[in-house]
Amino acid sequence: MNFIPTWLRRLASPQHFFGDIKLWIAWLYVLGTIGFLVGSVWGLAFVPPERYQGDSFRILFVHAPIAHLVQVIYISIAIAGVVHLVWKLKMADIYMSAAAPIGCWLTVLALVSGMIWGAPTWGTAWVWDARTVSTLILFFLFFGLIVLRRVIPNPTRAAAALSILAIVGTINIFIIKFSVVWFKTLHQPASIELFGDIAIAPVFLAPLFINIASTYVLAAGFILANMRYLVAVRNVSMTWNQEWVQGRKQ
Amino acid sequence: MKSHRRRKLTIIIFLFVGSLTTVLISIFALQHYIDHFYSPEEIVNGEVPLKGTIRAGGMVKPDSLVYDSTGLGVQFDITDLTGATVRVHYEGILPSLFREGQGTIVHGNLNEKGLFIAKRIRAKHDESYVPPELEGLIEYDDS
Repeated sequence: MNFIPTWLRRLASPQHFFGDIKLWIAWLYVLGTIGFLVGSVWGLAFVPPERYQGDSFRILFVHAPIAHLVQVIYISIAIAGVVHLVWKLKMADIYMSAAAPIGCWLTVLALVSGMIWGAPTWGTAWVWDARTVSTLILFFLFFGLIVLRRVIPNPTRAAAALSILAIVGTINIFIIKFSVVWFKTLHQPASIELFGDIAIAPVFLAPLFINIASTYVLAAGFILANMRYLVAVRNVSMTWNQEWVQGRKQ
Repeated sequence: MKSHRRRKLTIIIFLFVGSLTTVLISIFALQHYIDHFYSPEEIVNGEVPLKGTIRAGGMVKPDSLVYDSTGLGVQFDITDLTGATVRVHYEGILPSLFREGQGTIVHGNLNEKGLFIAKRIRAKHDESYVPPELEGLIEYDDS
Protein backbone atom coordinates (compact mmCIF):
# COMPACT_ATOMS: atom_id res chain seq x y z
CA MET A 1 0.00 0.00 0.00
CA ASN A 2 2.07 2.86 -1.31
CA PHE A 3 -0.38 5.62 -0.40
CA ILE A 4 0.55 5.39 3.30
CA PRO A 5 3.56 7.67 4.06
CA THR A 6 6.68 6.10 5.56
CA TRP A 7 6.47 7.97 8.89
CA LEU A 8 2.97 6.60 9.45
CA ARG A 9 3.93 3.06 8.44
CA ARG A 10 6.77 3.21 10.97
CA LEU A 11 4.21 3.74 13.72
CA ALA A 12 2.70 0.30 13.10
CA SER A 13 5.80 -1.25 14.60
CA PRO A 14 5.67 -1.27 18.42
CA GLN A 15 9.33 -0.34 18.82
CA HIS A 16 9.15 2.70 16.54
CA PHE A 17 5.78 3.73 17.94
CA PHE A 18 7.17 3.70 21.47
CA GLY A 19 10.07 5.97 20.50
CA ASP A 20 8.43 8.26 17.92
CA ILE A 21 5.17 9.03 19.67
CA LYS A 22 6.63 10.53 22.85
CA LEU A 23 7.24 13.97 21.35
CA TRP A 24 3.75 13.97 19.74
CA ILE A 25 2.10 13.34 23.10
CA ALA A 26 3.97 16.25 24.69
CA TRP A 27 2.90 18.63 21.91
CA LEU A 28 -0.72 17.46 22.01
CA TYR A 29 -0.83 17.99 25.78
CA VAL A 30 0.65 21.49 25.51
CA LEU A 31 -1.60 22.61 22.62
CA GLY A 32 -4.74 21.00 24.07
CA THR A 33 -4.23 22.47 27.54
CA ILE A 34 -3.56 26.00 26.24
CA GLY A 35 -6.55 25.79 23.90
CA PHE A 36 -8.88 24.45 26.56
CA LEU A 37 -7.81 27.14 29.04
CA VAL A 38 -8.24 29.92 26.46
CA GLY A 39 -11.64 28.62 25.33
CA SER A 40 -12.94 28.01 28.85
CA VAL A 41 -11.79 31.37 30.31
CA TRP A 42 -13.18 33.13 27.24
CA GLY A 43 -16.49 31.29 27.55
CA LEU A 44 -16.78 31.61 31.32
CA ALA A 45 -15.67 35.20 31.77
CA PHE A 46 -15.73 37.18 28.53
CA VAL A 47 -18.91 36.37 26.59
CA PRO A 48 -22.25 37.92 27.64
CA PRO A 49 -24.83 35.77 29.49
CA GLU A 50 -27.62 34.04 27.54
CA ARG A 51 -30.93 35.96 27.40
CA TYR A 52 -33.07 33.39 29.27
CA GLN A 53 -30.61 31.04 30.98
CA GLY A 54 -28.29 33.74 32.33
CA ASP A 55 -24.89 32.43 33.37
CA SER A 56 -25.86 28.76 33.67
CA PHE A 57 -25.63 28.39 29.88
CA ARG A 58 -21.81 28.66 30.15
CA ILE A 59 -21.59 24.91 30.83
CA LEU A 60 -22.26 24.62 27.07
CA PHE A 61 -18.56 25.30 26.49
CA VAL A 62 -17.65 22.10 28.35
CA HIS A 63 -20.71 19.89 27.86
CA ALA A 64 -21.21 20.22 24.10
CA PRO A 65 -17.56 19.59 23.04
CA ILE A 66 -17.26 16.54 25.34
CA ALA A 67 -20.66 15.06 24.45
CA HIS A 68 -19.68 15.40 20.78
CA LEU A 69 -16.17 14.03 21.35
CA VAL A 70 -17.27 10.79 23.07
CA GLN A 71 -19.34 9.86 20.02
CA VAL A 72 -16.34 10.45 17.75
CA ILE A 73 -14.15 8.35 20.08
CA TYR A 74 -16.68 5.51 19.97
CA ILE A 75 -16.82 5.57 16.16
CA SER A 76 -13.00 5.58 16.02
CA ILE A 77 -12.93 2.47 18.25
CA ALA A 78 -15.40 0.75 15.90
CA ILE A 79 -13.22 1.64 12.89
CA ALA A 80 -10.23 0.20 14.76
CA GLY A 81 -12.37 -2.90 15.31
CA VAL A 82 -12.95 -3.30 11.56
CA VAL A 83 -9.24 -2.73 10.86
CA HIS A 84 -8.33 -5.31 13.49
CA LEU A 85 -10.74 -7.95 12.20
CA VAL A 86 -9.86 -7.51 8.53
CA TRP A 87 -6.17 -6.59 8.51
CA LYS A 88 -5.12 -8.05 11.91
CA LEU A 89 -3.25 -4.87 12.73
CA LYS A 90 -1.94 -5.07 16.32
CA MET A 91 -2.03 -1.30 16.74
CA ALA A 92 -5.79 -1.31 16.08
CA ASP A 93 -6.24 -3.78 18.93
CA ILE A 94 -4.11 -1.59 21.21
CA TYR A 95 -6.08 1.49 20.12
CA MET A 96 -9.38 -0.09 21.19
CA SER A 97 -8.07 -0.86 24.66
CA ALA A 98 -6.39 2.53 25.02
CA ALA A 99 -9.36 4.63 23.91
CA ALA A 100 -12.15 2.80 25.83
CA PRO A 101 -11.27 4.12 29.33
CA ILE A 102 -10.78 7.66 27.99
CA GLY A 103 -14.19 7.48 26.31
CA CYS A 104 -15.75 6.02 29.46
CA TRP A 105 -14.52 8.82 31.71
CA LEU A 106 -15.40 11.52 29.19
CA THR A 107 -18.94 10.10 28.92
CA VAL A 108 -19.22 10.39 32.70
CA LEU A 109 -18.12 14.02 32.33
CA ALA A 110 -20.70 14.64 29.58
CA LEU A 111 -23.48 13.14 31.72
CA VAL A 112 -22.46 14.99 34.89
CA SER A 113 -22.03 18.35 33.14
CA GLY A 114 -25.44 17.82 31.51
CA MET A 115 -26.99 17.12 34.92
CA ILE A 116 -25.42 20.26 36.40
CA TRP A 117 -26.94 22.23 33.51
CA GLY A 118 -30.29 20.45 33.68
CA ALA A 119 -30.90 21.08 37.37
CA PRO A 120 -31.37 24.86 37.06
CA THR A 121 -32.53 24.92 33.41
CA TRP A 122 -35.03 22.07 33.15
CA GLY A 123 -35.84 21.87 36.84
CA THR A 124 -34.40 18.34 37.10
CA ALA A 125 -30.94 16.82 36.94
CA TRP A 126 -31.99 13.57 35.28
CA VAL A 127 -34.79 12.63 32.91
CA TRP A 128 -35.47 9.31 31.17
CA ASP A 129 -35.74 10.67 27.63
CA ALA A 130 -34.21 9.14 24.49
CA ARG A 131 -31.12 11.39 24.38
CA THR A 132 -30.07 10.96 28.00
CA VAL A 133 -30.76 7.22 28.08
CA SER A 134 -28.83 6.56 24.84
CA THR A 135 -25.89 8.52 26.27
CA LEU A 136 -26.07 6.40 29.42
CA ILE A 137 -25.97 3.32 27.18
CA LEU A 138 -22.85 4.74 25.51
CA PHE A 139 -21.25 4.82 28.97
CA PHE A 140 -22.15 1.15 29.49
CA LEU A 141 -20.74 0.27 26.04
CA PHE A 142 -17.39 1.88 26.89
CA PHE A 143 -17.51 0.14 30.27
CA GLY A 144 -18.29 -3.15 28.50
CA LEU A 145 -15.26 -2.74 26.23
CA ILE A 146 -13.03 -2.31 29.31
CA VAL A 147 -14.55 -5.27 31.15
CA LEU A 148 -14.58 -7.59 28.11
CA ARG A 149 -10.81 -7.28 27.78
CA ARG A 150 -10.36 -8.29 31.43
CA VAL A 151 -12.72 -11.27 31.51
CA ILE A 152 -11.40 -13.01 28.36
CA PRO A 153 -7.94 -14.40 29.14
CA ASN A 154 -7.02 -15.24 25.52
CA PRO A 155 -5.78 -11.95 23.97
CA THR A 156 -6.76 -12.91 20.38
CA ARG A 157 -10.30 -13.81 21.37
CA ALA A 158 -10.60 -10.75 23.59
CA ALA A 159 -9.60 -8.50 20.68
CA ALA A 160 -12.14 -10.16 18.38
CA ALA A 161 -14.90 -9.83 20.98
CA LEU A 162 -14.00 -6.15 21.54
CA SER A 163 -14.10 -5.48 17.80
CA ILE A 164 -17.55 -7.02 17.39
CA LEU A 165 -18.98 -5.19 20.43
CA ALA A 166 -17.50 -1.90 19.16
CA ILE A 167 -18.90 -2.36 15.63
CA VAL A 168 -22.40 -3.42 16.69
CA GLY A 169 -22.51 -0.71 19.38
CA THR A 170 -22.14 1.96 16.69
CA ILE A 171 -25.93 1.63 16.23
CA ASN A 172 -26.23 3.50 19.54
CA ILE A 173 -24.38 6.47 18.02
CA PHE A 174 -27.14 6.77 15.39
CA ILE A 175 -29.70 6.66 18.18
CA ILE A 176 -27.90 9.35 20.20
CA LYS A 177 -27.54 11.57 17.14
CA PHE A 178 -31.13 11.27 15.92
CA SER A 179 -32.90 10.74 19.28
CA VAL A 180 -33.83 14.43 19.43
CA VAL A 181 -35.25 14.28 15.89
CA TRP A 182 -37.08 10.94 15.96
CA PHE A 183 -38.54 11.11 19.46
CA LYS A 184 -40.10 13.70 21.71
CA THR A 185 -37.42 14.47 24.27
CA LEU A 186 -36.78 17.05 26.96
CA HIS A 187 -33.28 17.50 25.54
CA GLN A 188 -33.13 20.16 22.83
CA PRO A 189 -32.15 19.35 19.22
CA ALA A 190 -28.64 20.05 17.91
CA SER A 191 -27.69 23.74 17.76
CA ILE A 192 -25.05 23.24 15.08
CA GLU A 193 -25.59 21.07 12.03
CA LEU A 194 -22.83 20.38 9.55
CA PHE A 195 -25.04 21.29 6.58
CA GLY A 196 -27.59 23.47 8.28
CA ASP A 197 -28.31 26.50 10.38
CA ILE A 198 -26.36 27.50 13.46
CA ALA A 199 -28.74 28.46 16.26
CA ILE A 200 -25.96 29.84 18.45
CA ALA A 201 -25.21 33.57 18.27
CA PRO A 202 -21.81 34.36 16.66
CA VAL A 203 -20.46 35.89 19.88
CA PHE A 204 -20.61 32.44 21.58
CA LEU A 205 -19.10 30.50 18.68
CA ALA A 206 -15.39 31.36 19.00
CA PRO A 207 -14.86 29.91 22.52
CA LEU A 208 -17.09 26.95 21.62
CA PHE A 209 -15.06 26.02 18.53
CA ILE A 210 -11.78 26.56 20.40
CA ASN A 211 -12.96 24.13 23.07
CA ILE A 212 -14.19 21.58 20.51
CA ALA A 213 -10.77 21.65 18.80
CA SER A 214 -8.84 21.49 22.10
CA THR A 215 -10.82 18.56 23.49
CA TYR A 216 -10.02 16.65 20.27
CA VAL A 217 -6.31 17.45 20.71
CA LEU A 218 -6.29 16.61 24.43
CA ALA A 219 -8.14 13.32 23.90
CA ALA A 220 -5.68 12.37 21.13
CA GLY A 221 -2.86 13.02 23.63
CA PHE A 222 -4.51 10.92 26.35
CA ILE A 223 -5.22 8.03 23.97
CA LEU A 224 -1.71 8.03 22.45
CA ALA A 225 -0.15 8.11 25.95
CA ASN A 226 -2.35 5.18 26.94
CA MET A 227 -1.36 3.33 23.71
CA ARG A 228 2.33 3.95 24.44
CA TYR A 229 1.87 2.44 27.89
CA LEU A 230 0.05 -0.62 26.47
CA VAL A 231 2.73 -1.06 23.76
CA ALA A 232 5.36 -1.15 26.52
CA VAL A 233 3.37 -3.60 28.67
CA ARG A 234 2.63 -6.03 25.83
CA ASN A 235 6.21 -6.04 24.56
CA VAL A 236 7.86 -6.32 27.96
CA SER A 237 10.08 -9.24 26.91
CA MET A 238 11.37 -7.54 23.72
CA THR A 239 15.02 -6.56 23.48
CA TRP A 240 14.27 -2.93 22.59
CA ASN A 241 12.03 -2.63 25.62
CA GLN A 242 14.58 -4.06 28.02
CA GLU A 243 17.29 -1.88 26.53
CA TRP A 244 15.09 1.15 27.18
CA VAL A 245 14.57 0.06 30.81
CA GLN A 246 18.33 -0.41 31.21
CA GLY A 247 18.90 3.06 29.75
CA ARG A 248 16.51 4.59 32.28
CA LYS A 249 18.24 2.89 35.20
CA GLN A 250 21.66 4.32 34.41
CA MET B 1 -7.59 -6.71 -1.33
CA LYS B 2 -6.99 -10.38 -0.68
CA SER B 3 -10.03 -12.63 -0.95
CA HIS B 4 -10.15 -13.74 2.69
CA ARG B 5 -10.02 -10.10 3.77
CA ARG B 6 -12.76 -9.14 1.36
CA ARG B 7 -14.87 -11.98 2.74
CA LYS B 8 -14.34 -10.81 6.32
CA LEU B 9 -15.20 -7.23 5.42
CA THR B 10 -18.39 -8.42 3.71
CA ILE B 11 -19.37 -10.40 6.82
CA ILE B 12 -18.79 -7.32 9.02
CA ILE B 13 -20.83 -5.07 6.74
CA PHE B 14 -23.71 -7.58 6.67
CA LEU B 15 -23.55 -7.99 10.44
CA PHE B 16 -23.63 -4.24 10.93
CA VAL B 17 -26.37 -3.43 8.42
CA GLY B 18 -28.47 -6.38 9.66
CA SER B 19 -28.30 -5.41 13.31
CA LEU B 20 -28.79 -1.71 12.49
CA THR B 21 -31.98 -2.51 10.55
CA THR B 22 -33.26 -4.79 13.33
CA VAL B 23 -32.69 -2.20 16.04
CA LEU B 24 -34.13 0.69 14.03
CA ILE B 25 -37.29 -1.26 13.12
CA SER B 26 -37.73 -2.21 16.78
CA ILE B 27 -37.34 1.30 18.14
CA PHE B 28 -39.71 2.73 15.55
CA ALA B 29 -42.28 0.09 16.49
CA LEU B 30 -41.84 1.14 20.12
CA GLN B 31 -41.83 4.85 19.38
CA HIS B 32 -44.77 5.62 21.67
CA TYR B 33 -42.95 4.06 24.60
CA ILE B 34 -39.75 5.97 23.84
CA ASP B 35 -41.44 9.36 23.41
CA HIS B 36 -41.04 11.32 26.60
CA PHE B 37 -44.39 13.14 26.41
CA TYR B 38 -47.71 13.44 24.58
CA SER B 39 -48.37 16.41 22.30
CA PRO B 40 -51.45 18.64 22.75
CA GLU B 41 -52.79 17.18 19.47
CA GLU B 42 -52.76 13.63 20.88
CA ILE B 43 -54.51 14.83 24.05
CA VAL B 44 -57.22 16.72 22.12
CA ASN B 45 -57.79 13.64 19.92
CA GLY B 46 -58.23 11.49 23.02
CA GLU B 47 -55.21 9.27 22.31
CA VAL B 48 -53.93 9.40 25.88
CA PRO B 49 -54.85 7.39 29.00
CA LEU B 50 -57.26 9.27 31.25
CA LYS B 51 -56.19 7.41 34.37
CA GLY B 52 -52.77 7.78 35.94
CA THR B 53 -49.97 10.26 35.51
CA ILE B 54 -48.90 11.30 32.02
CA ARG B 55 -46.52 13.86 30.59
CA ALA B 56 -47.64 16.48 28.11
CA GLY B 57 -45.29 18.77 26.24
CA GLY B 58 -45.76 21.83 24.11
CA MET B 59 -45.18 25.53 23.81
CA VAL B 60 -46.70 27.84 26.43
CA LYS B 61 -49.18 29.83 24.35
CA PRO B 62 -48.38 33.57 24.44
CA ASP B 63 -50.79 35.69 26.53
CA SER B 64 -52.43 32.61 28.06
CA LEU B 65 -50.66 32.64 31.44
CA VAL B 66 -53.04 33.67 34.25
CA TYR B 67 -52.08 33.79 37.93
CA ASP B 68 -54.77 32.95 40.50
CA SER B 69 -55.71 35.94 42.61
CA THR B 70 -54.74 34.06 45.78
CA GLY B 71 -52.10 31.36 46.32
CA LEU B 72 -49.49 29.97 43.96
CA GLY B 73 -51.90 28.64 41.34
CA VAL B 74 -51.40 29.38 37.64
CA GLN B 75 -53.25 28.44 34.48
CA PHE B 76 -51.90 28.44 30.95
CA ASP B 77 -52.41 26.82 27.55
CA ILE B 78 -49.90 24.51 25.91
CA THR B 79 -50.04 24.28 22.16
CA ASP B 80 -48.23 22.69 19.21
CA LEU B 81 -47.78 23.33 15.51
CA THR B 82 -51.22 21.87 14.70
CA GLY B 83 -52.89 24.55 16.85
CA ALA B 84 -54.37 22.08 19.36
CA THR B 85 -54.35 23.55 22.87
CA VAL B 86 -54.67 22.05 26.33
CA ARG B 87 -55.41 24.15 29.43
CA VAL B 88 -53.07 23.39 32.33
CA HIS B 89 -53.49 24.17 36.00
CA TYR B 90 -50.51 24.10 38.34
CA GLU B 91 -49.87 25.03 41.94
CA GLY B 92 -46.28 25.67 42.90
CA ILE B 93 -43.14 27.46 41.90
CA LEU B 94 -42.40 27.59 38.17
CA PRO B 95 -38.86 26.84 36.86
CA SER B 96 -36.88 30.00 36.14
CA LEU B 97 -36.80 29.25 32.41
CA PHE B 98 -40.58 28.83 32.20
CA ARG B 99 -42.13 31.60 30.09
CA GLU B 100 -44.72 32.23 27.40
CA GLY B 101 -43.53 31.21 23.96
CA GLN B 102 -41.08 28.63 25.38
CA GLY B 103 -41.40 24.86 25.55
CA THR B 104 -42.54 23.06 28.68
CA ILE B 105 -43.27 19.52 29.85
CA VAL B 106 -45.96 19.06 32.48
CA HIS B 107 -46.47 15.91 34.63
CA GLY B 108 -49.95 15.23 35.92
CA ASN B 109 -53.33 13.95 34.81
CA LEU B 110 -56.37 15.05 32.87
CA ASN B 111 -59.57 15.67 34.82
CA GLU B 112 -63.10 15.02 33.52
CA LYS B 113 -63.42 18.51 32.05
CA GLY B 114 -60.23 18.11 30.00
CA LEU B 115 -58.21 20.38 32.28
CA PHE B 116 -54.66 19.13 32.84
CA ILE B 117 -53.80 19.13 36.55
CA ALA B 118 -50.00 19.41 36.67
CA LYS B 119 -48.02 18.23 39.68
CA ARG B 120 -44.59 19.03 38.24
CA ILE B 121 -43.36 21.35 35.52
CA ARG B 122 -40.13 21.19 33.53
CA ALA B 123 -38.86 23.96 31.27
CA LYS B 124 -37.73 22.79 27.82
CA HIS B 125 -34.92 24.84 26.39
CA ASP B 126 -34.71 25.13 22.61
CA GLU B 127 -31.50 24.92 20.60
CA SER B 128 -30.94 28.67 20.28
CA TYR B 129 -28.34 30.48 22.34
CA VAL B 130 -28.62 34.25 22.14
CA PRO B 131 -27.05 37.07 24.20
CA PRO B 132 -29.46 39.71 25.63
CA GLU B 133 -28.44 42.42 23.15
CA LEU B 134 -29.58 40.32 20.16
CA GLU B 135 -32.95 39.50 21.74
CA GLY B 136 -35.90 40.12 19.47
CA LEU B 137 -34.09 39.40 16.23
CA ILE B 138 -36.36 37.31 14.01
CA GLU B 139 -33.47 35.05 13.02
CA TYR B 140 -33.31 33.56 16.56
CA ASP B 141 -36.91 33.91 17.75
CA ASP B 142 -38.32 32.17 14.75
CA SER B 143 -36.81 28.74 15.43
